[in-house]
Amino acid sequence: MWIKSGLFPLLLSYLVALVLTVMPMPAVLEPWRPDWVSLVLIYWLIAIPHRVGFATVLVMGLLTDILMGSTFGIYATALVIIAYPALRHFQRIRNYSLTQQALVVAVLVLVKRIIVYELEHLLNDATFNLPYLYPVLSSALIWPWIFLILRRYRRRYLIR
Amino acid sequence: MKSLFEHGPSLRTRLLLALVVAGALMFLDHRLQTMQPVRSFLSTATAPVQYLAVLPEQIMDRLVYLATTRSALREDNQRLRDELLGLQMAVQRLNFLENENARLRQLLDSEVRAASRRMAAEVVSVATDPFSHQLVINKGYASGVYEGQPVLDNRGIVGQVVNVARTTARVLLISDQSHAISLRAERNDIRVIAQGTGDLNQLALNFIPHSTELQEGDVLVSSGLGGVFPEGYPVAQISVINRDERLQYAEVLATPFAELDRVRTLLLLWPADASEAPIYDEAEPDAEAAPEPLPPITQGVSDVD
Repeated sequence: MWIKSGLFPLLLSYLVALVLTVMPMPAVLEPWRPDWVSLVLIYWLIAIPHRVGFATVLVMGLLTDILMGSTFGIYATALVIIAYPALRHFQRIRNYSLTQQALVVAVLVLVKRIIVYELEHLLNDATFNLPYLYPVLSSALIWPWIFLILRRYRRRYLIR
Repeated sequence: MKSLFEHGPSLRTRLLLALVVAGALMFLDHRLQTMQPVRSFLSTATAPVQYLAVLPEQIMDRLVYLATTRSALREDNQRLRDELLGLQMAVQRLNFLENENARLRQLLDSEVRAASRRMAAEVVSVATDPFSHQLVINKGYASGVYEGQPVLDNRGIVGQVVNVARTTARVLLISDQSHAISLRAERNDIRVIAQGTGDLNQLALNFIPHSTELQEGDVLVSSGLGGVFPEGYPVAQISVINRDERLQYAEVLATPFAELDRVRTLLLLWPADASEAPIYDEAEPDAEAAPEPLPPITQGVSDVD
């Protein structure tokens, strides 16, 4: 078998994350949009690390770059860097309680956004504004639901 | 179940490898600018994601449309009729002035200004990154869209096209931090440069001396210098002038006319001197008629440039 079990559901979850990233939202909620791509990638990295690795993260990062219109490689670099601790400690993070996991996710998303900002600042002279970090909070708050939904999804479609 | 132990290269090696790839791409894209064709191709490939993203909104709109009552539609129709009547009267006057202007310019032996062509486009998605204010529209090089093309809405200039795929194009808004536009004050022709601030409702005017004649409430229109934007379209209104003598220059902020945070329908403009031409769909008969002088732009903005 060349196609592993649950390949299409896995790809579908990536697609949904990308769509949610660029979906138009009301202006009030716009700064609070959770970092969907990071959340979904972190889940798969700690759930099936033997299958989802740096290659997936790299491709997802480049697709985000395309969708966001940023310089190639900015999101890819940031996502690859936060993927490292997730892959390194997947067994530990997996067994944390949901609150602890949410904290870890908050730190990872924070690091990711700081890296993106630093690279944008370096390459395109971006200036910092605080609303850019709001998604750290919203991502952490939504993490328990993401985790539970994706876990059920993984079991249902036998993604392993 | 996989074993606890790793196979192949260590995690750190793989991290390094991934970072090298990402770094190389960044270098190629930013320093050497060689990724444009790749970017164009990948944008075409990811276009379905953009269309999927607006699908719920479109379905919602459709449902709302289906739910509108007959009387609401009739009222709407009546309102639009009245508006059309008003605009048609304005156009009569405009045609007369245009002809007169062309004649006078001929008398002065200066170049007669030719009309520009245009096409309506829908916003497909927005880049949500505060560092880059961009939109994606549903027209691409299949419709004749080109890089550096000016984009407007019914109130004023919105931005310019920076990247074109087959059926989508990316528009850089005037409020983006990397975008600047040359303007002039409508009242006294003072030329200024407005730089985006990363705030959708604010542009900063750079290098304005303290003794400037500009006032709060002055309307700024595009100056046509720089060659991207045609002359005379409204862009922004000065909101704040801070003449703090301790600063080297006066701090002047302006508010764009275009509602950059809620744009839905945009207008692509092909200036008369552009080498590209719009390619209209067969299914859009009214788009074919658009080059005739019938301005969809409100408030006496002429469609000549």
